[in-house]
Order: sequence, then C-alpha cells, then structure tokens
Amino acid sequence: MDLQIALLLSQDGIVNGAVYALLALALVLVFTVTRVIFIPQGEFVAYGALTMASLQAGKAPGTIWLLLAMGCLVTLVDLFFALRWGERRHILRSLLWNLFLPLGIVALVHFVPVAIMPMPMHILLTLAIVVPMGPMLYRLAFLPLAESSVLVLLVVAVAVHFVLVGLGLFLFGPEGSRTPAFTDAVFNLGLLYLTSQSLWVMICSLGLILALERFFHGNIYGKALRATAMNRTGARLLGIAPTSAGKLAFALASLIGAFSGVLVAPITTIYYDTGFLIGLKGFVGAIVGGMVNYPLAAAGAIIVGLLESFASFWASAFKEVIVFTLIIPVLLWRSLRSHHTEDQE
Amino acid sequence: MRAKLPLIVFVLLIALCPLFLGEFHLTLLNYIGLSAMVALGLVVLTGVGGLTSFGQAAFVGLGSYTTAYLTTAFDVSPWATLPLGLLLTGVVALGLGLITLRLSGHYLPMGTIAWGLALYYLFGNLDFLGGHTGLPGIPPMSLFGWRLSTSGQIHYLIWPLLLAAMAATQNLLNSREGRAIRALKGGSLMAESMGVNTGRSKIIVFVLAALLAGLSGWIYAHMQRFVNPTPFGLHIGIEYLFMAVVGGIGHVWGAVVGAGVITVLKQWLQDWLPKILGQSGNFEIIVFGIMMVMVLQHARSGIWPSLRRWWPLPPRHRGLDAVGQPLPQRPLPPPGSPLLSLRGVTKTFGGLVACKDIDLELRAGEILALIGPNGAGKSTLFNLISGVLPLTSGRVDFLGERIDLLEAREIAGRGLSRTFQHAHLLPSMSVLENVAIGAHLRGRKGVLAASLHLERREEGQLLGEARRQLERVGLGALADLDAGSLALGQQRIMEIARSLCAAPCLLLLDEPAAGLRHMEKQSLAELLKGLRTEGLGILLVEHDMDFVMNLADRILVMEFGEKIAEGLPEVIQNDPRVLEAYLGGVE
Repeated sequence: MDLQIALLLSQDGIVNGAVYALLALALVLVFTVTRVIFIPQGEFVAYGALTMASLQAGKAPGTIWLLLAMGCLVTLVDLFFALRWGERRHILRSLLWNLFLPLGIVALVHFVPVAIMPMPMHILLTLAIVVPMGPMLYRLAFLPLAESSVLVLLVVAVAVHFVLVGLGLFLFGPEGSRTPAFTDAVFNLGLLYLTSQSLWVMICSLGLILALERFFHGNIYGKALRATAMNRTGARLLGIAPTSAGKLAFALASLIGAFSGVLVAPITTIYYDTGFLIGLKGFVGAIVGGMVNYPLAAAGAIIVGLLESFASFWASAFKEVIVFTLIIPVLLWRSLRSHHTEDQE
Repeated sequence: MRAKLPLIVFVLLIALCPLFLGEFHLTLLNYIGLSAMVALGLVVLTGVGGLTSFGQAAFVGLGSYTTAYLTTAFDVSPWATLPLGLLLTGVVALGLGLITLRLSGHYLPMGTIAWGLALYYLFGNLDFLGGHTGLPGIPPMSLFGWRLSTSGQIHYLIWPLLLAAMAATQNLLNSREGRAIRALKGGSLMAESMGVNTGRSKIIVFVLAALLAGLSGWIYAHMQRFVNPTPFGLHIGIEYLFMAVVGGIGHVWGAVVGAGVITVLKQWLQDWLPKILGQSGNFEIIVFGIMMVMVLQHARSGIWPSLRRWWPLPPRHRGLDAVGQPLPQRPLPPPGSPLLSLRGVTKTFGGLVACKDIDLELRAGEILALIGPNGAGKSTLFNLISGVLPLTSGRVDFLGERIDLLEAREIAGRGLSRTFQHAHLLPSMSVLENVAIGAHLRGRKGVLAASLHLERREEGQLLGEARRQLERVGLGALADLDAGSLALGQQRIMEIARSLCAAPCLLLLDEPAAGLRHMEKQSLAELLKGLRTEGLGILLVEHDMDFVMNLADRILVMEFGEKIAEGLPEVIQNDPRVLEAYLGGVE
C-alpha cells in the first residue's frame, strides 16, 4: 500500500463513516427518547435512495402507495380512539398529517410531470414521501407498547424491519439503483481525487450533525426531547407529551435516514435490503458510543467507516466479518467498566 | 392420569405418524422438530431468563458446519462430530456470554445481531467450508448399522431427542438452579442477596440455548446432506425468536406450537404470496413481521396459554415437601459475641451524603432497631451492609471478617440475610418456591443433576425447609399460591421466611411490620423474640414506635444520614435531639 491508496481508502472510509455517523445519531436519538432500538433505521435509507431513483426515472415511486396505506391505517386507529374514548382534540391535526398530506403527495406525483423537475425538487419530494412514515410507524407499532421493556420494543423493531424489507422488495423489486451525483465536478488535490458527491456527503452530514446539536440545545422542542429522554414521567409531569416527543424523534430519524439514502445513492448501488447493513454499521458506531453520547457515537461511526474501507483493501471477503466482530472488543471494554447487578424489567 | 392424557396422545401421534403421513409432511414435521429445539432454547433464555438472542441461527450453523466439514473432509463418524460440534458451540457461547451478559439488558441482543451477521459472512467466505455454495455430500447418520436417510427414519431421531430435551428443561426449571434462572427476570437483586450468582445463571441459560441450537444444526446437516450459509443468517435467527414468541415464550410447549405454526405458515405463504403479488421473493416476512407486532401488542403470552385452557388442570401439587432429613444448620455464634461492626461508614450520591460516618455494633442474640424520619438513610445503610451498594468510605466487619468489599452473594454466604423495604418477589412463582430461593446456598446439586431429576432428595430437603419456615412465620396455608397474590404485609412476612431459609446468624429486616394488623404485629414480635433467644442478631428498620420500643434491646436514631443518638429504648424516648427530629423543635 502506498500513500495514494491509503489516502483513497481514508477518503472512502470517511465518506461512508459520515453516513454511518448520521445513522448512529438517529439511533441514539430514537433510543434515548423512546427506548426503541430502531433496527429499521436502515430501511429508510433504502426507501429514500430508491424513491429518489424512481422519481428521477420519471416513475411514480411505490412508496407513495405505502405512505397512503400507512396514513389510512393511522387515521383509522386515531378515529377509533377518538370515537371510543373521546380523544377528539387532535383529530383534525391527525387527518391533516395522515390522510390529506399523503393524498396530496399522491396527487402531486400523478399530475405534475416529475421527470422534468430539477434535482432539488426531487430531493424535497423524496423527503416528503418517506419522512412522514417515521411518525406513522411510531403510532402504529411502538406507541401501543410505549411502556414495555427495552427488550419487547427491540423485538417489535426487528419485526418492523422484517415488514419494511419485505415491502421494499415488493415496491422496488430486486434490482438495485444508482442515481446521478448532485454535481459532477471532480477536484484534483495532488495525490487525491475528490468527487464533489463525497464533498456533498461530508458537508451535509456535518451540517446535519451541527443542526441537530443546535436543535437540542437551543430550542424548546429539543429541550423537551432531552427531558423525555432523561425521565419520561418527570417530563410528563412538566407538561411534555411523551407521545409527541416520540413522534418527533421518529420523524427526525426518518428524515436522517431518507436524506442519507439520497446522499449515498450516487456513490453506491442501493438495493431494497442494502439499508439494513448500512443501518447496522451505524448501529455498531452507536454501540461504540454507548447509545447515549452523540459525539462518541459519531466518532465510532467514522471508525467503522475507516475500518471497513481498509478491510476491503486487505481482506475484502472478510470485510463484513471484521466490521461486525469489532463490536465484541467494544462490548468487552464496556463490560469491564461496569460493575453492578441491576434488575431488568 | 387425566393431567398426562394430552401428553400421552401427543407422544402416540408423533410415534405413529410415519405410518400414515407421506414424505412431504414428514419432512415438514422434521423441520418443525428441529426449529422447536432451537426455540426451546429461546424459551429458557428469553421467556424464563429475560435475555434475548437474535443469533441462534449462527449457533445452528456452528453445529452444522462442524459436522459437515469433519464428515466430508476427514470421514469422521457423525456420532463423533456431535460432541465436537457441541463443544465448539458451547465454547463460542461461553465466550460471547462472558463478554455480553454482564452488561445491562439490551447489549446482549444487539451483540447477538452483530455476531450473528459476522458468523454468517464467515461461513460464506471460508474456502474450506465451501463459501457461499456450501458443502455437499454429507453422509447420512446410521444407528447400529441402520441408515437414517428417509424422513420417516430421521423422524425417530429428532422427535425423541426433542421430547427428551423438553423434559430435561422442564425438570431443570423445577429445581434449585431453575429457581435461580427464573429469578433472572426481574429478581436479580433479590437473588444476589440470597446468594445466587446471577451472572453464572445467565451463562448457564445462554450456553444451554446455544447447545440446543447446535444439536439441531448437527441433525440438520445430516438430514439435508448439504449445508450452505443461507439457513444460518440473521433473518432465520429472528424467525426462531418469532417462533418462541408466537408459540408462548414462557412455556416449554410454546416452542413446539410456535415452531409448528411458523413453519407451516411459511410453507403456505411461500406458495401463495408470490402468486398473489405477482412477484417472487420472501414476502412471508411481511406477514411474520405484522403478526409479531400484533402478538406483542395484543397477546403477549402467545398461543400456548390459550391452548392449555382447553384442558384445565387441578392446581399443581409437588409431592416433594419435607422429604428426608432436615438440612444441616449453621452453627450460631454464642450469644453476646460480636456479630456486626460498622466503622465510619459513609455513602455519597454525587453531592448528597446519604450516610455519614456511621458507627454501629451488634452482638449475637440482640435486636438493634434503626429509626429515623423518612430519608434519614436507613435503607441505604442496609444496602451498604448487605453489599447491594458499594461504600464511599469506612468499613464493615461481620463475624470478625471485613465484608464491605465483597459482593452481596458472598456476604449472604457468610450468614447475613435480609428483607427489602419494597418486597422483592417473583409474582408468578409459588410462595413456597419464592421462599426456597432463600435456601439456595444450602443445596449443592447442579444443572445436569437437576435436568435428570437426580437431585430429588436434596430438592425435597430444600422445599421441606421452605415449608417449615413458612409455617414458622404463619404463612404455611398459603404455600402453594402465587406469591403475587399475597397482600403487601404477607409479602413482607414471606420475605422473612425466605431469609430464615438461608439459616442466617444475622437478619436485616427493613420495615417488617409495615402493612400488618395489630395481631399480626404481635405474632411477628413473638417470632423475632424467639429468634433472639436462639441467638440470632437482628437489625431492624421500623416506623411503628410501640413495636420498636417493646422489642428492641437498643435503638440507633438517624437523621439526614447521621447518627444522632444511640441507646436503650427508655433513654431514646427522652432524648431531646430525637424528640426534635421526630416532633419538631420547641421554639
């Protein structure tokens, strides 16, 4: 290996690591607010990338029908509760988000010629289609079990992952997609070729991380989320609704997921089930950060990206083995630092 | 007999079905048996022990690949590869368990996802294991020269093994080790205070579940005669967990029901869904996922409990109580000899000083009461003495030995036993079994003996001891009820019986009289006086002043983490600082 290859691998690793870092942040966010270990995080990446690819190909993405179906289900559930227990206060808002918004998006995709839209519109539309699925998923699968143990929530998360992967195959088929880069410029920095898409990935993910940081510390919603994360009951007593906090966390997670998908789609070919592995690598990063600490989780994810990139050079067949085995020394290190018995739920 | 009838019918059906089922259905039944073996491990691990693994398929793979490689590359007999495969599976599980099991709840399942994937990719990329194409040409098994190659023949290997594994699991759960395993879910703190090594119990169930998976994998390889990585991937591991949850994760039979339902459903969905959806692919996972969410939201205990309702059983009775000799007693130190001594015991939580510089002496045959307003640090002091919390500074000596650096279970083993301010019990276990956990350290027999029911004599002694202590505290009539159905006061009394089961020389009782009626308090006082006469030392936290003043030999008063007075009851009653603490100062 010479310097040029090392630089190339590092660049690759950092670019992938930046995406893993975004996903790690989303995982930590969802876990701290709702105690859900959000295994399906990666499916949003795939949905985002493949929806974007469909739009650019001028096709109506299958996800709009999924969005509509999920929206109708949520509407039905909300209406049921409204009729049965008189929880009518939020019904208008629920109808707006879960019925009218999906209907509007379906109409938009059908009546406006999407193929001729500029790329930024495609990105916005992709986000509009995929992001609302996050809170809907929370409402349907997780909210009814919000008080359960982490373990039960984890099993539900795994079940949801099954559903989303299966639906992904149904909606997009087994073929992979790759989208054109945001911009085509290539920078030549001495030994290093830097594609502008790599730059986009790094800039966007850094920007998102900083925005999240600001959101959590400089904004009342962010503070409410952090409060819910620290103490659900306490937050509730102070007038923060854990349900809204949960929905907000899931919305941010699906936003981060879908946007990561849009970012990486020009770099790697995305299949309906690629998201799972990408999500899990973010997840290894999050474990390195102990699932509670944002900067550590981001750093962990970058390490995972670098490790993966160098592993693919030296032992490409064992790339995945190496990345997923990394978790074992990390867990060992964490276990050596903890010394107490606790009652599990 | 009536109770056993469904089982007998089931076993007969299984024994006879090769006579009337075709090859296709027998193969399906074999797959159900193999999956049920893996799910059985998950029932013990998840349903009983409260730990979860998504990576069981990887253990199946270890068992499969070990035998596949050895039998094809070196012509080893399948029967010789079985112990090797189990050994490899067991060692890997032990290693992973040692690393992940000490961490709190969710690290284990997350770890299992990661190494489940890692092992899957390893199988697919090792050339000597055939890579992604796999290893063909695995020989069939033979038994006494009789080749097991058709589904009907392998049926007679799988199902007897499965039924034996279920019986052994059932036996294990109804034993001393089994009670320790059942305490893992929600009772670790209590179990540790009763001397149970919960870390060891976790490792036991984890390795046990892995071994069942490895066994299933060994048979699978010789039934299929070909292995590749696909059936050992993470998604299959998740399906095993689904089987256990859908069938009934808390019940041994849930594994069989779940394996049956999911396997048949999968077969059926794989036929129909591609036709309905007009595409080919594993669409059954959509249905499984939705089904799983519905089960967890609406019927958490799975199918088996509803099936059982069709055949109501009379309340369980174990014909084991009070068999054989009573357990040997621990020799008590002579009355008046020093038992417990605290020197400068201090505990801080961040900036809060919960206990500050507490000194305390307690002798055998003495009752020392610890009183003080709420938040004075009394329960914290109990947790410090019993090893539940580490000290910030100071030292604790018990029977002349320094104990403040020991684990709670090691302290329990030296003859200190305690109750909790909020009763810690296992609600779905009977009162008798709950109390028998107290006697954990007085039994010796391990997992193997328990699985084969070779420890019945000792088990009888332990349950006999538990019943004796229950009768002593006056709860003898309630022994067979579920502990969760007891009133709060009774739960506290049950905890006293449990700590007496440990044959302690020092009892720590945290508010034992709370929630008791007048007469019950009197009999509790009589009981404690009796124990004092026998030579036990008792340290007691209590708010009922009448109860304390009439019972205690000495009283220690705490306020805001500090000792403000210590002495005879009459002296304490007139101590101005105590009066101020309790009644407010006189201006």
